[in-house]
Amino acid sequence: MSTRALIHLPAPIARGSVFEIRTALAHAMETGHRRDSGGVLLPRDIATRFECRLDGALVFGADLYPAIAANPYIAFTLRAERPGELSFAWEGDRGLRHQETRRLVLA
Amino acid sequence: MRRRSAVAGLLVSVLPALGAAEPDLEAAVRAWAGSAAPRDGRVKLVIAELVENGNAVPVTVRVDSAMTPADHVTEIVLFNQRNPQRDVARFQLGPQNGRAEVSTRIRLATTQQIVALARLNDGSVWQQRVDVLVTLAACVEG
Repeated sequence: MSTRALIHLPAPIARGSVFEIRTALAHAMETGHRRDSGGVLLPRDIATRFECRLDGALVFGADLYPAIAANPYIAFTLRAERPGELSFAWEGDRGLRHQETRRLVLA
Repeated sequence: MRRRSAVAGLLVSVLPALGAAEPDLEAAVRAWAGSAAPRDGRVKLVIAELVENGNAVPVTVRVDSAMTPADHVTEIVLFNQRNPQRDVARFQLGPQNGRAEVSTRIRLATTQQIVALARLNDGSVWQQRVDVLVTLAACVEG
């Protein structure tokens, strides 16, 4: 099953400004606390880690727990000091690994 | 006397199991804050006080900080009082973020208190707490 993610960057981004990045991963975030109709505990299956890097340097990180809603949405800000490549990575249960990259272009 | 020691022995054997249980909210806050005593202020926790659907509750945490190399927030965390686990999320940030502000969507199993805490690079810890009334709980317990 391929994982999908949404990443929203404003446009244009002025050099020196502080801009918001909004991200969402298409993922059920199964808590590990729910039972199916037969009473069997559904195993936990969540994204546990999110990282944003600019040219490889970590600029924002998040540790996620089952209390994060399905399709985990994370928004944060960045100061537009230099252009580069933004990478967004999610990791989690059952070998979850998903990465996206976006060019950071400054006006 | 013998009976008392037998009771003590029983307590000791039970304690590890209790230790594995989820801590209460204050214990979770203390464990994260370490030696710093959380102070009220600087943190703004934006969340609805009346929630109809606990499955996806928008939350924003804003911290009053210049976010300069000399004065910035290093971590923002969210804890809850009455979900199965106290942790909600832990965010690491720094001066490169420009503003100390994060948003996400959380699950609330029932009416409870939510706490947002921020650690600054000077080691101080700041917090805001909000009591949230939930009318339709998130299905975390099934």
